[in-house]
Amino acid sequence: MTKERSFSDKGRSRLVTAPYTVWMVIFVLVPIALVVYYALTDADGNFTTANIDSIFNYSGTFFISIELAVIATAICLVLAFPLAYSISRMKEHTQQFLIMLVMLPMWMNFLIRTYAWMTILEDNGLINTAIGKIVSLFGGEFEGFSMINTNGAIVLGMVYNFLPYMILPIYTVMTKIDKNMIEAAYDLGAGSFQVFRRVIIPQSIPGMISGVTMVFVPAVSTFVISKLLGGGKTFLIGDIIENYFLGNAGEVNYNVGASLSLVLMILILISMGIMNHFDKDAETGGGII
Amino acid sequence: MKTLSKIYNILIFIFMYAPIAVMIVFSFNGIKSRSTFSGFSLRWYEELFHDDLILNSLYLSLIIALLSAVIATLIGTLAAVGINSMRGVKKRAYLAVNNIPVTNPDIVTGISMMILFVFVLGIFNGMEMGFGTLLITHITFNIPYVVLNVLPKINGMDRNIYNAALDLGCPPVKAFMKVVVPEIMPGIITGFIMAFTLSLDDFVISYFNSGNSAQTLPVTIYSMTKKPYSPKINALSTLLFVSVLTLLVIVNMRNRRDAKKAKGGRKA
Repeated sequence: MTKERSFSDKGRSRLVTAPYTVWMVIFVLVPIALVVYYALTDADGNFTTANIDSIFNYSGTFFISIELAVIATAICLVLAFPLAYSISRMKEHTQQFLIMLVMLPMWMNFLIRTYAWMTILEDNGLINTAIGKIVSLFGGEFEGFSMINTNGAIVLGMVYNFLPYMILPIYTVMTKIDKNMIEAAYDLGAGSFQVFRRVIIPQSIPGMISGVTMVFVPAVSTFVISKLLGGGKTFLIGDIIENYFLGNAGEVNYNVGASLSLVLMILILISMGIMNHFDKDAETGGGII
Repeated sequence: MKTLSKIYNILIFIFMYAPIAVMIVFSFNGIKSRSTFSGFSLRWYEELFHDDLILNSLYLSLIIALLSAVIATLIGTLAAVGINSMRGVKKRAYLAVNNIPVTNPDIVTGISMMILFVFVLGIFNGMEMGFGTLLITHITFNIPYVVLNVLPKINGMDRNIYNAALDLGCPPVKAFMKVVVPEIMPGIITGFIMAFTLSLDDFVISYFNSGNSAQTLPVTIYSMTKKPYSPKINALSTLLFVSVLTLLVIVNMRNRRDAKKAKGGRKA
């Protein structure tokens, strides 16, 4: 047996990972364990399933959170796919520029991006004022649409904030599609619709999957978008959790909050498992994360 | 078909940039209105620079971002070296734990650490959440990204260079600093930049772990959005947008220049 020397033999490998190991155990694993502990105990620390049972009171909240997040994810997918495709077919120079344009809003804090929509959607906001002015030019009277504080506004906020997370991974896998494959398909007599359906869409699946997870996870767990654009009318699961941890004195209950978080975590693990199942047939290595 | 897709692309970009454009325009509004523009003025910028709350939280955000990125880069780079030489179950376990903060929703990471801090601080009566807890949370969610950026670089480098240094009598630590570190530097730098920007941008995790004394910029912005409309936020956003834009343009130009240089080098 030859003795292999690497950057770090066994003892040294343990030494260099020691700070990391300690840190991750204390600040990642212990907190997760505490969430589980709080979820399964009452205020005095006795074991109880009452918190888990009380989750059923929130089944409606879970349902609406998932519903809005699924709608937003679907819209993102539909909007992003054609854009990613057409960017991936452009000259490299233009590609770089447009991808930078896609990424630029991501560098703005999402609170600011969401706040911008408040300005636009408000009852006496930009859209209503503009329409009102046009209508009054023709002598009419305009009541104004009520756009803010609706579920539609929440979905819009999600789509707007998370669209780049969908565009980027799909674009990345599309640039990796072998051009020869597309040409071969044409040579073998496929029309452009068939090429799209049989070559480009299947090859983009890994990108779509990372995109879907990257949009769905923050969308289903948000509490900011629902607060700012939903006006506190629609409570999402994130709002409920936030309220149990940072709400008014009477409302704070870490145990119920922890059990809701636990369910949210499991929910996301399951949906990622389903996503990975879809990914099995497709080639691996897509996405930006 | 071509024009159709062009129109579509333009519409998407309008959707992405219209709200930002609206903010920029209304940051120069002479009056406090969300819908009517009345005369160009810089008064909101002036008020912004006299708002100690905003300036202090910006300062705190920058310090936390810098400190947490430096510490996370140190811990994460060393860890990546160790993880790279692991095998089998152990390696998979480390990578799985590394992925927890990446895949978990921010709110779950936020409340789980908040529970820990409340639990521990409860033992030491009278201590409150603040700068310390904020820094710890930021280091925690930054470390995994450093590991993810450095790991492929170590994996891809030629081990023989390091072994050659040892054979030539270089002590291991010196060999590591002189041979391995320069080789994986691009990964370290990307990891550092990513950590810095993630930290600057984070709201949700900071929100649960900042307490009353130490509020980062996003936390301050959030509390401003709950109060009556203030165009100061628009002014602040405009300044942030312009600085990000400038930074991206500089980075882009440098990349292009480097790419040109590399091309020229290959020809010669």
